[in-house]
Amino acid sequence: MSTPNSNGRVITMGQAIKEALAEELRRDPTVYVMGEDVAEAGTAFKVLKGLVDEFGPDRVIDSPISEPGITGLGVGAAMTGMRPVVDIMFGDFSTLIMDQMVNQAAKIHYMSGGKLKVPMVLRTTMGATRRSAAQHSQSLHAWFSHVPGVKVVVPSTPYDAKGLLKTAIRDDNPVVFFEDKMMYQLKGEVPEEEYTIPLGVADIKREGTDITIVATSSMVQVSLAAADKLAEIGISAEVVDPRCTFPLDKDALINSAKKTSRALVVDEGYERYGVTAELASVIADGAFYYLDAPVKRMGAMDVPIPFSPVLEDLTVPTPDTVFEMAKTLCGVN
Amino acid sequence: MAKAKSTKPAGKGAGKPAGKPAGKEDVEDLLQMYEQMVRIREFEDKVNELYTTAKMPGLAHLYIGEEAIAVGVCEALNSDDYITSTHRGHGHCIAKGAAVDIMFAELLGKAAGYCGGKGGSMHIADQANGNLGANAIVGGSAGIAAGAAFSAKRLGTGQVAVCFFGEGALGQGLLYETMNMAQLWKLPVIFVCENNMYNEYTHYNETAAGTLAGRAEAFGIHTEEIDGQDIRVVNEAAKRLVERARKGEGPSFLICNTYRYHGHHVGDIDRAYYRPKEEEQEWQQRDPITILADWIIGQKLSDQSVLDHIQADVKSEVARGAEFALNAPFPDPSEVNTNVYA
Ligand SMILES: Cc1ncc(C[n+]2csc(CCOP(=O)(O)OP(=O)(O)O)c2C)c(N)n1
Repeated sequence: MSTPNSNGRVITMGQAIKEALAEELRRDPTVYVMGEDVAEAGTAFKVLKGLVDEFGPDRVIDSPISEPGITGLGVGAAMTGMRPVVDIMFGDFSTLIMDQMVNQAAKIHYMSGGKLKVPMVLRTTMGATRRSAAQHSQSLHAWFSHVPGVKVVVPSTPYDAKGLLKTAIRDDNPVVFFEDKMMYQLKGEVPEEEYTIPLGVADIKREGTDITIVATSSMVQVSLAAADKLAEIGISAEVVDPRCTFPLDKDALINSAKKTSRALVVDEGYERYGVTAELASVIADGAFYYLDAPVKRMGAMDVPIPFSPVLEDLTVPTPDTVFEMAKTLCGVN
Repeated sequence: MAKAKSTKPAGKGAGKPAGKPAGKEDVEDLLQMYEQMVRIREFEDKVNELYTTAKMPGLAHLYIGEEAIAVGVCEALNSDDYITSTHRGHGHCIAKGAAVDIMFAELLGKAAGYCGGKGGSMHIADQANGNLGANAIVGGSAGIAAGAAFSAKRLGTGQVAVCFFGEGALGQGLLYETMNMAQLWKLPVIFVCENNMYNEYTHYNETAAGTLAGRAEAFGIHTEEIDGQDIRVVNEAAKRLVERARKGEGPSFLICNTYRYHGHHVGDIDRAYYRPKEEEQEWQQRDPITILADWIIGQKLSDQSVLDHIQADVKSEVARGAEFALNAPFPDPSEVNTNVYA
């Protein structure tokens, strides 16, 4: 369990992300941020508010509404000496940039026999329940996780977001960094002094003995709330956060499942062919002889995210549904 | 599907090269350009032979007929200037300084190739010479070229970037997003459209509304349309545009009218259904290599024996290069999952 020596400093996820960018912009003159309304507006979510004041419009750059264009420009700049951080406002717009990410960024290092590299970060968002309806609510991190050549980060706390983003910017590969837009206000302890977190190292967010709940991004918070409820009925849940879907810390998942003999995977992407399927198969494969029950998974319901709050809330796992599923897995009625 | 109309080769595109007599340096430049065009021609002929004799895996898109553009443009660049290229990219690669033996090795999937055999015909990259890579996605490299220009500007290196693409890429939105940003931010990038009139098997009249020049002009981008068969015209235009870009005057759009003499790819043999034989023959009369040779001889800048000598040297270099590649080893199987991540 990561225990930040924060001396009690508490900031939001949004502030942690901005701090990471500010520190990296300060450290490395080749880093720049580009996106729609990232400068004066500080993004649609106001996360970068004020960044342009320190670094100026040449490094925090407002772009036209051209997702493929700014992504492609980022790929080319990354290949030639810069470290771009490209901001794609909503993860739903990933559809527009797929060629640049999948056919260009992800493959250039391999296709060139290792001669060229693409050290860029694509920051984007995920997460439903913002009442934003079908085209502004999806969690499409599985799409990128599917593609060799790309790394994918899905942080769940301010501490993780800051340390992982700094590492992502220093990584020599294209990294897609997914921020759950419902978590920007989430508060957490973040130390004053500099730190980084390696990609591909899971973190046990809560230790337990009866069941492993593997959760990503905002589902970590949901699972921690479920774990509190489970504790009330005497079930000790361990919550494991892989923090990245690739590179994936398989050992952490497998070892936890071996210890508890039961595993539930919770992620906000569509359940069908999704991240949960991959993580569940890793556990089933690696911990098969230790398991007392089939690995269960919970993702977003396989429907376009509806607008009506009454409907939308049904589509994603909640502390209650995770609690119920974990209880059933543990054979408690 | 193309209903081919014959398009007259000579008329379109302004830009008569100045008739001034050439000095000694100019002669060397002209002979260098001649040699590079011949190198591409010989290379591509050999590629075709390797394909038809089943020695090359996959397909290749030959550049024959369009040599004046790659060479005319790249001779106006420094070796550290950037280019991005297309599926029809062998010409750009050679023009930017690549060696034919290493290229053949790549085309044959050999370990000695520019990309260790992992890229192949459509993905050759030669970063030592500023070649950021061919690209098998039509229009896919527009952003990359602009990104390289962005780096050059930000890092103050004085480099420029050239984005080569066929007129088929005019159907891709990325190109316009990129042109818009390039002009807004005055990026040193030159968009070079090689208009060989056919998007695969369809005439561009059927795929592009309005004028080609109008597209870039809408962004206020400096645009020139030239005869892509006359390398002196191409080279002069390229020098102008490179100079503008280096001076910070921003991007430009260069439309080069040209023709591919072979099929869309090496397997495209029966072409009469989309373009008439007479059209092919007319354009053969405007062969870029012959045009330059005629100028050199006509102006008494050199004589035929010099050109013949260049041709013979290049021919044997290409033959040796192909031989080298044919005999070179394939990559070790352990290479399959290296270079996925840096
Ligand atoms: C995005 C995309 N769509 C379709 C193709 C298939 N394709 C390969 S080459 C080509 C035609 C390209 O024409 P043009 O850009 O004029 O280049 P030329 O082949 O004439 O040099 C097409 C459609 C592709 N490679 N990429």
